[in-house]
Amino acid sequence: MSENCTCHCHDGMERDMLIPQLAVVTAIRQDTPDVKTFRVEGLNGEKLFDHMPGQCAMVTLPGVGEAMFSITSSPTLTEYKEFSIKRCGELTDALHAMEVGQQIGVRGPYGKQFPVDTEFKGKNLLFIAGGIGLAPLHSVINYVRANRKDYGHVDILYGSRSADDLVDYDEIKNEWIGEEDTNVYITIDRPQEGWDGHVGFVPAYLKELAFEPNCTAIICGPPIMIKFVLQALIEMGFDKTQVYTTLELKMKCGIGKCGRCNIGSKYVCKDGPVFRCDEIDELPNEY
Amino acid sequence: MKKIAFSQIDNLLAAIAATQKLYMPVETAGQYNYGEWTPGTTYNPDVLHTVKSAKSVFFPQSEDLIRFKRDGMNLSISPVAPEDEDFVVFGVHACDVKGFAVLDRVFLYDPVDAYYTSRRKHGTIFSVMCKAPEETCFCGAFGIDATEPGADVDSWIADDALVMRANTEKGEKLLESLGSLLTDCDDTAADQAKAETKEILGKLPLADLNTNGFGKDVDLLTLFNRPEWKELASGCLGCGTCTYVCPTCQCYDVRDYNTGKEIQRFRVWDSCMYSDFTMMAHGTNRPDHTQRFRQRFMHKLKYYPDRYEGVFGCVGCGRCLQKCPISMNIVKVMKKLGGEA
Amino acid sequence: MQRVSAKVLERVRQLMADGTVAKVVGWKKGEFFYDCAPSVFETVESLDDLVYDSFCASNLSKYMIKNSVLPEGQTGKVLVLLKPCDTYSFNQLLTEHRIQRDNVYILGVGCEGMVDIEKVKAQGVKGIIGASEKDGILTVETVYGNKDVAVRDVLVNKCETCKGKTHVIYDELISENEDEGPAGDRFEGVRALEAMTSEERFAFWKAELSKCIRCNACRNACPACSCRKCVFDNNASGIASKANTDSFEEKMFHIIRAFHVAGRCTDCGECTRVCPQGIPLHLFNRKYIKDINEFYGDYSAGETAGQRGPLINFTLNDVEPQIVSDREGN
Repeated sequence: MSENCTCHCHDGMERDMLIPQLAVVTAIRQDTPDVKTFRVEGLNGEKLFDHMPGQCAMVTLPGVGEAMFSITSSPTLTEYKEFSIKRCGELTDALHAMEVGQQIGVRGPYGKQFPVDTEFKGKNLLFIAGGIGLAPLHSVINYVRANRKDYGHVDILYGSRSADDLVDYDEIKNEWIGEEDTNVYITIDRPQEGWDGHVGFVPAYLKELAFEPNCTAIICGPPIMIKFVLQALIEMGFDKTQVYTTLELKMKCGIGKCGRCNIGSKYVCKDGPVFRCDEIDELPNEY
Repeated sequence: MKKIAFSQIDNLLAAIAATQKLYMPVETAGQYNYGEWTPGTTYNPDVLHTVKSAKSVFFPQSEDLIRFKRDGMNLSISPVAPEDEDFVVFGVHACDVKGFAVLDRVFLYDPVDAYYTSRRKHGTIFSVMCKAPEETCFCGAFGIDATEPGADVDSWIADDALVMRANTEKGEKLLESLGSLLTDCDDTAADQAKAETKEILGKLPLADLNTNGFGKDVDLLTLFNRPEWKELASGCLGCGTCTYVCPTCQCYDVRDYNTGKEIQRFRVWDSCMYSDFTMMAHGTNRPDHTQRFRQRFMHKLKYYPDRYEGVFGCVGCGRCLQKCPISMNIVKVMKKLGGEA
Repeated sequence: MQRVSAKVLERVRQLMADGTVAKVVGWKKGEFFYDCAPSVFETVESLDDLVYDSFCASNLSKYMIKNSVLPEGQTGKVLVLLKPCDTYSFNQLLTEHRIQRDNVYILGVGCEGMVDIEKVKAQGVKGIIGASEKDGILTVETVYGNKDVAVRDVLVNKCETCKGKTHVIYDELISENEDEGPAGDRFEGVRALEAMTSEERFAFWKAELSKCIRCNACRNACPACSCRKCVFDNNASGIASKANTDSFEEKMFHIIRAFHVAGRCTDCGECTRVCPQGIPLHLFNRKYIKDINEFYGDYSAGETAGQRGPLINFTLNDVEPQIVSDREGN
């Protein structure tokens, strides 16, 4: 039953969810010193699958391994998927070593989406991201931009270690800033030559900006940032039911069976990665 | 009801094996595990528990999923087709039969696991009653009736005969295929055997064990935060014995093996007791062994029931009581943290 | 029952009550009479569940790697109960700098051999609900009636032969048979294997090792396996695995492990005791011990702390690799 095989021996066979689709890397963009964005399509340019913002996919490099990554591109971009991937381990090292034309395995989409068509509809949205944490929010932001009239005012607060670590800064500068009824706030952790923007950690900048709690907040970033941002939001008068974030735990199957990302009665790969913050309070503190 | 003389049981097994694959408790170097029947294999009614449970027939410890071939930038993906041969598993006791129901909730639905599902579809389960349950047995705590396993075919050892009844279409078909080997009988002998086993079950030391303090209706975080977890875990070696002998543990790992010619992707049983179970490039969310120990028991006694309509993720087979190198087990956890009756 | 039980329990209680020790690593009473578990006791009250009887076979030395590191603020030492054979493992761990000796209070406890409940059950005893021991006879009470078994017939594998009742390291002793020497011939099983043809031997190990479920109980219980990160758990090693993916691996895991502990293994027998599939893993280790004895003179790992084993100590008289072919592979 090889992908390239023309026989019909196993036509009726149920294809297991653990079997990836064959895909090809069609473009690679170096975003920061340790983040690259990979554009992935089916072998003949066909679309791999439909997804919604916040959903993820398993990317396979046979012999090295397989891991879950959030799909960075918006569902409104139908012809390809993009994954912004930070180099931080064995598999991501190997992914970063890929060149355009490399064939890989992809399976998905997995997980719960951000409620862009329900709870988010008509709401003011406040996106707060740190570092590579922009990856899952990137998809939501562009989905919102593509359906701009369905949502209220949009604020985007994004921070990273340095100006060089801002993921896809070109798109932020050229497209997000200037979008109607949208404010973009960028900050970096420490002062840097040539940077005339804001300097400081995301939670501190958030408090400085003093947003009114009349919006839905969507956070993604390193766990420590999420923790302090959430604290700040609560202090600012937000209720946890107004705040969404994503959890990241070790995953292998992506379909709620292998047990790695189990936390309480939830499987993060299937019931998450998107959670409303009041839901997280009901889970054991193991994330 | 049908019956066959107990002395004829190996003929019965040979007759089954003549038409399809047959798995049953098979001895290797002194230990019984489920394995394939081969000519000369005999059934030993004195063996209550195999070391590994019957889970290994439907969800083998290791199975190949995919073969990849890399050729420069090109890749080919050849899925290994799920097994689609009919087979019979003989000698399964009630605990392991109910263990399949625990696995079914995970693997048969949303989305289906094609490998497990195919084996379930093609497998006929032939249970044998527990004639001499042991002190480590506590299936009753989870509402399981050891005398009524509810497999495709249930059977009871009565006097000098094996008395059997088909419960499903698959079971009917199997008994039909054995035709002339079996003779008709009424329920008397089976009822007598059930009554005898029930009497023994009532005398076992864990007969009164209950699930009070666990399950869907107790507060998750209160149980999770109990200070006793630390002491319970203090002797745990962090090995995978309890997990691997367990009929309901379903966690697995997916790994790649480069043979030099191709890359095999296979799935293997894994254990939440292992330190690398949740290890990612940036660390693990359960760095402490007490956390990993707690995860296994919370999963069986709280998380699984929460997810699946209150059904517990343990069937009381008692294998962990028999096999844990340090004699720590779910009964000790239940007695320490559970409520009184 | 061990003769010294009552004294041991009383003394432990005293030492904790007077503040000499803050924690106790011992055996905790189980659900049945035979399933006590290694446990860490942190309060005097918790010692109500401390036991020392004929079912305390587990070797507590390895627990001291973790427990000899005192948490901040703890002043008392950590008491550990060690049987004579366990003290060899403790010494070996000291040699390997894995235990902080100053933080440990070793209460050496006398031993008359430990009972293996699996062996009792193998005699057809089922549904055990109680037992009593008198004059070397264990009377087992079961739901199916009583049964007498001779204790010497149901000893844990490691106690079938005994390296002697002398503690090689301790702070305090409670023992009534400290001077008893070794008993039994521990190389009998090895000689039986050596007497086989290589085909027979291969068939023997193939059957035994095919049962392995890679649960790692042997490794995790082994006091000589104290690597912080085992090569078989380390993804970067390229040989990390969780299953016997092929027959090669099935055999190699245990052989590699046996080689890795050769010269450091004190023959404590935990590997065989804990194996859920009853694989006689100690035979590998004993084969290497026997060979070491033959090649370099009698050596007992863990006899004294700080000793330099023959495999890490070069002398001009060392055997040459030629010995392997001289012995025709045996």
